[in-house]
Amino acid sequence: MNQRSRALLAAVLLPVISVIAGFVVAGLAVALSGSDPWQSFYALFQGAFINPRALPETLIATTPYIFLGLGVALGFRAGLFNIGAEGQFYIGALFGVFIGYNLHGLPAIVHILLALLAGILGGFLWAAVPGILKARFGAHEVITTIMLNYVAFALVNFLINNGPMVDKASSAPRTPYIDPAAQLPILASGTRLHAGLLLALLAIPVIWFLLDRTTIGFRIRTVGFSPTAARAAGISVAWTLLATMGISGGLAGIAGADEVLGVSHYMPPSFSTGYGFDAIAVALLARSNPWAILPAAFLFGALSSGSRFMQFQTQVSADVISVVQATVIMFIAAPVLFQWIFRLRRAPAPAIKIASETEGAAL
Amino acid sequence: MDLVIEWGQVHALLGENGAGKTTLMNVVYGLVRADNGEIIYDGSPATIHGPTDAIRLGIGMVHQHFMLIPPLTVAENIILGHETVGPVSTVDVAKARKQVSALATRYQLEVDPAARVANLSVGMQQRVEILKTLYRGARLLIMDEPTAVLTPQEAQGLFEILRGLAKEGKAIIFITHKLGEVIDIADRITVMRHGKVVATTTPGESSPADLARLMVGRPVMLQVNKQPARPGKAVMQLQHLVVEDERRQTAVNGVDLEVRSGEIVGIAGVEGNGQNELVEALVGLRQPRAGTILLNGRDVTRTSARTFISLGVGHIPADRHRMGIVLEHSIADNLVLATYDRPPFASGIVRQLGAVLSYAKKLVKAFDIRAKSPAQPVASLSGGNQQKVVAARELGRNPKVLIASQPTRGLDVGSIEFIHKQIVTQRDAGLGVLLVSSELDEVLSLADRVAVMYRGQIVGVLEGKDAERERIGLMMAGAA
Repeated sequence: MNQRSRALLAAVLLPVISVIAGFVVAGLAVALSGSDPWQSFYALFQGAFINPRALPETLIATTPYIFLGLGVALGFRAGLFNIGAEGQFYIGALFGVFIGYNLHGLPAIVHILLALLAGILGGFLWAAVPGILKARFGAHEVITTIMLNYVAFALVNFLINNGPMVDKASSAPRTPYIDPAAQLPILASGTRLHAGLLLALLAIPVIWFLLDRTTIGFRIRTVGFSPTAARAAGISVAWTLLATMGISGGLAGIAGADEVLGVSHYMPPSFSTGYGFDAIAVALLARSNPWAILPAAFLFGALSSGSRFMQFQTQVSADVISVVQATVIMFIAAPVLFQWIFRLRRAPAPAIKIASETEGAAL
Repeated sequence: MDLVIEWGQVHALLGENGAGKTTLMNVVYGLVRADNGEIIYDGSPATIHGPTDAIRLGIGMVHQHFMLIPPLTVAENIILGHETVGPVSTVDVAKARKQVSALATRYQLEVDPAARVANLSVGMQQRVEILKTLYRGARLLIMDEPTAVLTPQEAQGLFEILRGLAKEGKAIIFITHKLGEVIDIADRITVMRHGKVVATTTPGESSPADLARLMVGRPVMLQVNKQPARPGKAVMQLQHLVVEDERRQTAVNGVDLEVRSGEIVGIAGVEGNGQNELVEALVGLRQPRAGTILLNGRDVTRTSARTFISLGVGHIPADRHRMGIVLEHSIADNLVLATYDRPPFASGIVRQLGAVLSYAKKLVKAFDIRAKSPAQPVASLSGGNQQKVVAARELGRNPKVLIASQPTRGLDVGSIEFIHKQIVTQRDAGLGVLLVSSELDEVLSLADRVAVMYRGQIVGVLEGKDAERERIGLMMAGAA
């Protein structure tokens, strides 16, 4: 097998088979719990694609996964593990809703743009904190972003649950509704499908271009591959990490604002259903390739929207979807395990590796 | 492949990096399993599944990088894994010391069994490694590139020891890629190329030139062909430079040095005497604590690597994989690693991949980089070609001064020849070169002036014609 076809195999076949393996394992779990896996998965499929308004709902769920997946993937390319997408998503939504309900009388296009930019700014600022901590003091972003998630949840809870942003006219704790001008237009009448999907689809080529065709992307990838070589080549590693973290957070932020402007039109204290965490899986499944984010996000969108119908129809808990997701991640994250099970190729003899130790062939 | 080792001989295994010498020896030592073929040891087939089997058979290996535990004493290191146990399961240290002393006396490997390994010189540590194998009853000793870390004098000392061991009837396999050593020490020589034995000969039958030809597969120029230097103005001046290492210890202690255009200044020294820190300071990667670096008269001491690059400092780093190249990037991207954001390779923030590719094609050709296409990942190249990528990038942007640190380490003879030729050509075109190398032969054959570095200081600067091996060797050891 030549190098090219092997690379293609790794890029396409491994994720696909990982997904299949995910369903197999989840199917076993369903069977063990006494239900029929075929029936359950058929209900899942119905709920994601067949039922009235199923496909639009799937696409609605796909939208934040695209933004967030791109953000996490961008971080991966610089060697950063941004686990804080969830918190950045919250802050983005918070900034977006603030602009959404506080301004009135603006033309829709202006209001929407302002609110989305506010969302980007919120996510950017929230991610810049771990970015600065990393760049300046070397604090590990996994720790700082996780911690900032909790700060974000608490801050949102404080502001919206009886805090300064609560809608006093409402019985449930939530912010006021955003101005109608700030609402994203609906794409298909009779559905909730909003224009955010188009923005997300637009973001894919933009991020691809950024990564593959600009000097910023080159810096990001170089730092991700080898910070030491980047430094020796005069690239500022600290600046690059900070910028990457900021852009990654900006993408999470726009996802949050987009969710407010397109779907809920207000913000409750507990807002997300773990989109930011699932996005890590989306980015892993897409192997951090911007184009591959689209099918990965679509899969996760379908799983999330189909699972509700499946639970309703077959009494199989929607948590089964977590089994699918977890198995997929396990296979993606452990390609060795995968190759061992499927014997895709003979593992290269260790003899060769040891021999080339001084030559340092790439592993 | 066939290889016959006889008792009582020093058998040199000569070959370029990647020729399979180390792999072969790892098979003998049981670290790697052979695909097929057999090992006949002392007349009967031997099955060696791991180092334990090898040790039981009396095979000992001294690795290129020592396997010692620095905080422990010499005696403790030697008996490790084969401890003499006293009453109540305690290690009988006194007995161990006695045994080690006896062993050391018998083989004339004087070393204090009570000394801590951390406090020993590299040469002494190597003795401990040899003693360790002898303690385990080794009759066949495998030495993997043992002189890489030694001064010339220490190497001579090692040769004495090895000859003594051979006289005792032990067999020694001496892995190396240095021709001179082979002639000095070996009774028999086996030359390997691309995993095959290409010849078995003796120092009497073959000249260094013959051996080089066998190693590379074609005639090789052993001497660097160069005209006397015609140095011009100083391009880089160091004034009382003080640089600290990671642990904030002074590594470079007041270095004054000048590199003029059109000359190659060599820095000789045993590794770890401050060369790495000096190099990092000279390319802007490490802030000196005191002193001044002038580039063409301009003070650049407290600027960034970026400034050094833009002012025409080229850098061939010692650690190619960590600092020289990005393995995952293509050859083309590696060739513009320091200039990716300048015209014509970028306009604004948009990269101009066409310009990058055509520039890469030009360099691939000029530097004879053996690749199918400039778009292939640099990881797919051999070590020699990877180093050519580094050299092409750094020389390709026409630097004023080149800081070359171990520029040919781990390379095959052919690539060494090529890179040396490039450096000399650029010198003749007016480049100032600072060459740091722990291979004294490289410094002697390339440099127009030789500065010897010892414990962070330049202990002497010799003009090329006065630079004798002996004298430099003594200076490297701090003895002159």
